[in-house]
Amino acid sequence: MSTNTVPNGKPVKSTDLHIGAAEPGCKKRDPILVAEGVSRTFGGLKAVDVDHLEIPRGAITALIGPNGAGKTTLFNLLTGFDKPDTGSWTFEGKSLAGMPAYRVARMGQIRTFQLTKALSLLTVMDNMKLGAKGQIGENLFRALLPFLWRKQEEENEAKALDLLARFKLDEKKDDYAASLSGGQRKLLEMARALMSDPTLVMLDEPMAGVNPALTQSLLDHILNLKAEGMTVLFVEHDMQMVRHIADWVVVMAEGRVVAEGDPHEVMKNQAVIDAYLGQHHDEDLGADTEHVEAIKELLDDKL
Amino acid sequence: MIDWGAIFSNAAVELISPTTAAYALAALGLAVHFGYTGLLNFGQAGFMALGAYGYAISILTFGFPVWGAVLVGIGASVVFALILGIPTLRLRADYLAIVTIAAAEIVRLLFTTNSFASVTGSANGLSGYKLGFAALNPIPEGTYGFGPFENNAYDWWLRIVAWSVVVLVALFIWQVMRSPWGRVIKGIREDEDAVRALGKNVYAYKMQSLILGGVFGTMAGMIFALPRAVVPSNYQTSLTFFIYAILLLGGAATILGPIIGSMIFWVLLSFFSGFIARAVEAGWLPFMTNVQAGQLRFILVGVAIMLIVIFRPQGIFGNKKELAFVH
Amino acid sequence: MNSTGIAHRFSPRMLVVFFGVLLAALTLSTLAISPAHADEINTDKYDYVLTGNAQFDGEPLDGVLITVTGGGYEAEVKTGVDGKWKIGVPEKGTYKVILDEETLPEGVVVTKGGAELTAEFGLTKVKSVNFFLGEGVRTTVPFFDQFLSQFVNGLNFGLLLALAAIGLSLIFGTTGLSNFAHSEMITFGALMTLAFSGLGLPIWLAIILAIVLSGALGWGLDATIWKPLRRKGVGLVQLMIVSIGLSLAMRYTYQYFIGGSTSQLPGAGQADLKFGAVRISPIDLASMGISIVVLLAVSYFLLRTRLGKATRAVSDNPSLASASGIDVDGVIRIVWIVGGALAGLSGVLWAYFRPGVSWDMGFQILLLVFAAVTLGGLGTAFGALIGSIIVGLFVELSTLWIPSDMKYVGALVVLILVLLLRPQGILGRKERIG
Repeated sequence: MSTNTVPNGKPVKSTDLHIGAAEPGCKKRDPILVAEGVSRTFGGLKAVDVDHLEIPRGAITALIGPNGAGKTTLFNLLTGFDKPDTGSWTFEGKSLAGMPAYRVARMGQIRTFQLTKALSLLTVMDNMKLGAKGQIGENLFRALLPFLWRKQEEENEAKALDLLARFKLDEKKDDYAASLSGGQRKLLEMARALMSDPTLVMLDEPMAGVNPALTQSLLDHILNLKAEGMTVLFVEHDMQMVRHIADWVVVMAEGRVVAEGDPHEVMKNQAVIDAYLGQHHDEDLGADTEHVEAIKELLDDKL
Repeated sequence: MIDWGAIFSNAAVELISPTTAAYALAALGLAVHFGYTGLLNFGQAGFMALGAYGYAISILTFGFPVWGAVLVGIGASVVFALILGIPTLRLRADYLAIVTIAAAEIVRLLFTTNSFASVTGSANGLSGYKLGFAALNPIPEGTYGFGPFENNAYDWWLRIVAWSVVVLVALFIWQVMRSPWGRVIKGIREDEDAVRALGKNVYAYKMQSLILGGVFGTMAGMIFALPRAVVPSNYQTSLTFFIYAILLLGGAATILGPIIGSMIFWVLLSFFSGFIARAVEAGWLPFMTNVQAGQLRFILVGVAIMLIVIFRPQGIFGNKKELAFVH
Repeated sequence: MNSTGIAHRFSPRMLVVFFGVLLAALTLSTLAISPAHADEINTDKYDYVLTGNAQFDGEPLDGVLITVTGGGYEAEVKTGVDGKWKIGVPEKGTYKVILDEETLPEGVVVTKGGAELTAEFGLTKVKSVNFFLGEGVRTTVPFFDQFLSQFVNGLNFGLLLALAAIGLSLIFGTTGLSNFAHSEMITFGALMTLAFSGLGLPIWLAIILAIVLSGALGWGLDATIWKPLRRKGVGLVQLMIVSIGLSLAMRYTYQYFIGGSTSQLPGAGQADLKFGAVRISPIDLASMGISIVVLLAVSYFLLRTRLGKATRAVSDNPSLASASGIDVDGVIRIVWIVGGALAGLSGVLWAYFRPGVSWDMGFQILLLVFAAVTLGGLGTAFGALIGSIIVGLFVELSTLWIPSDMKYVGALVVLILVLLLRPQGILGRKERIG
């Protein structure tokens, strides 16, 4: 596997992803994820109401929108962590509707969480090994017979070490995840997701709460995912980052998709300015809003 | 004067008594549930009751051999775990706590009621089921050992079997917890959504853990029943709480903790009640009656639970960093 | 294949069937003629013994059910082949001895003195109690009248449970704590009432003082234990276990001081008034009246006052409440005071309902209170009220069909069934469940 080969300069953008005009719900040349009529209400409030959405394969797609636009809820629905009121969606042509979260993950669609879920009282290495798929020793009866799974365990450990080295966490491998910094936990969560060789990586606010010093390295890692052939869908607020790495942007407001398109084009869209930028007209859409965002999203989650 | 020799010797008896082994085994089961998986099972007394009654009823009512009776008890606890787990393991952790505590009470009340007295003996309980176990005893008649550890052949047989089961179960838990299976289990304790997002069927793992720890509780119930009669009032909610006290004392996510915790618990309890009782007799504590002295130890168990949880949540053997509590 | 497969194939529907069968078995078991068995109970456990002999025309009667109650103690036994029975009782006191006429052979009834006798120990440790049996036709109370009677009982019980349940629910809602020591707060109210009335104070004053002290106990527990632990950031599971330890320590402290006996509050056991088919004592009436007034007052507090609204806001979402300027710690303090006072009152009423004050009286109903709170939906005060009434009615009405020593079983089975079908409780909001 390649290590640290990412150019720090301008990333290579994927273009020509869509068919026809870049409008909400437009067709993609090669969609990996297709959602149709997905809606979810919380106590009368329509949190998500998406008519049609396609996510292009092999590209980095950003999901943006103002607070309470339903981005995290949509993530939860697409990954089986929440059940929609209506709708269907397919991943690589297979229907995922009604499928429990763990089976969605097994199909190669792996997500991370906005509030990092590093498993604090497991070591960094155990966190990594937990991410591997198809482990023989994860069956209770085979667990009793170490000779059945020792070889696979060693392979997983080697793979984990390789990934940890890429994410510069290899020196921490025997520490409890609880001892890591916020940014390191984000990195660990991403590295752990890669242990299962996913085809689609869904990152929920990968930059939230990350020390600015680590931001560049996180960006590089995300670009690296694409370089290795994975598809990335991420929720983000930092417009700098979106412009920098996203090949395609989906804008949500009040549960609906209001615009789609190239990151530079979509910012000029009147619907986006109305729905998203209008709210924070003179605010820098940078990192400062993150704190409030987290609380508001938390409140959304409680609904 | 106080007879210190008798106090110490009575306390030392508890070190390897079958009751200590039974509590250690039940606490090992809870360690699987609570310490490793983060499941709040407050119904361990119910699992123990099923073991004791399953064993006794199989022998007394149905004339089963010892191995058959053991299997009946274990089967009953598997069914019990499924009944508890199916409605609750998908819900928040505190629902399991309420359902398990309620289910254990249901079990106890069903064994207490007069309606099934012909099978359960109602409040008087059951006795006379020990012959089959005694018949398996390979030790020749006689008395063995020294000092506080002097017992007859049956008592030694019982102790050997009880502690062998404890050791085997401890080895079993040690092995599975260092396997990939144990890694998933510990991951669930930390954050089950994260584990789910990594493609593990969390519900099935929690069910396996509930069954496994419950079966250990059931085996504990059988061992607990062998030195005494099976009486329903032994299986009250307080029993579960005492086992929690032992688990927390030793360290919830450890193997040795529950075993040593049980030994410390029983030795200290016996020492303490022996000492207070004799101190009262000797007139050292004029404000206290002998009955009150007996209650004092339960007050101390309660206070000890609070203090351990607040000031040393990892227990005696727990790793300081690996606090065994769900956040 | 491991147990995963089994778990999946075992559907909720099967579980419902299982419980149905269980309930049916319980019901049937009371109809079946059970063979003669133990004609003695607890005689080796206790020093005092009630004994008797059931005979008709010189012939011993086998399998007649005798129940002894008093001082919070209850035991029952069936007569042996020789017609004799013995019941050990924990202390020298006054007991009600009840003969179940249903278990007498056809054509035999209690002729004189009624099927319910009062027995008091004299100088000896053995007291014999005999019923006058003769020929006759049994007049049974019509089912509907029994139903009505039990309904009123259940309502009374449910209302007193509600007082405790609302406090528990408010504490859970605002702090997240499942307070196992709530049972000891219930017992505290009854104990204080007993203590003050023992000092010669009139009962109404004793009750008021007890409730004030119960509120103070709630405040004290929060100030000395729970608030510091919240500050320390101790996890909810840890807090729950601390409350278990506290419950044990408090319970046995009570026993340390008052012993294992049961004492009556003044006025307990008054003669019943008759309202048509319903027999009810003045105490029961007063108890229901007080419960209803207090519950209305609590509702008013929660719905109309600023403090009550703040309480509900904290319950809904502590961080938002705190952000919008509500003094969360202050609200929690009030909740503990109110919860303590309500639990204390509930304890007084429970002492009259059982009847009797004993060291573990609160613990006896703790599970029912938890069941009520869970049934209504964790953390919703009005859910706790409805849950309590359902539990109370269910417990009392179920005795029409199942033996009274299993009346709590029914309520707990219902709790599990409700969680199966509607996990968020009756009034609870749908949680996102994985």
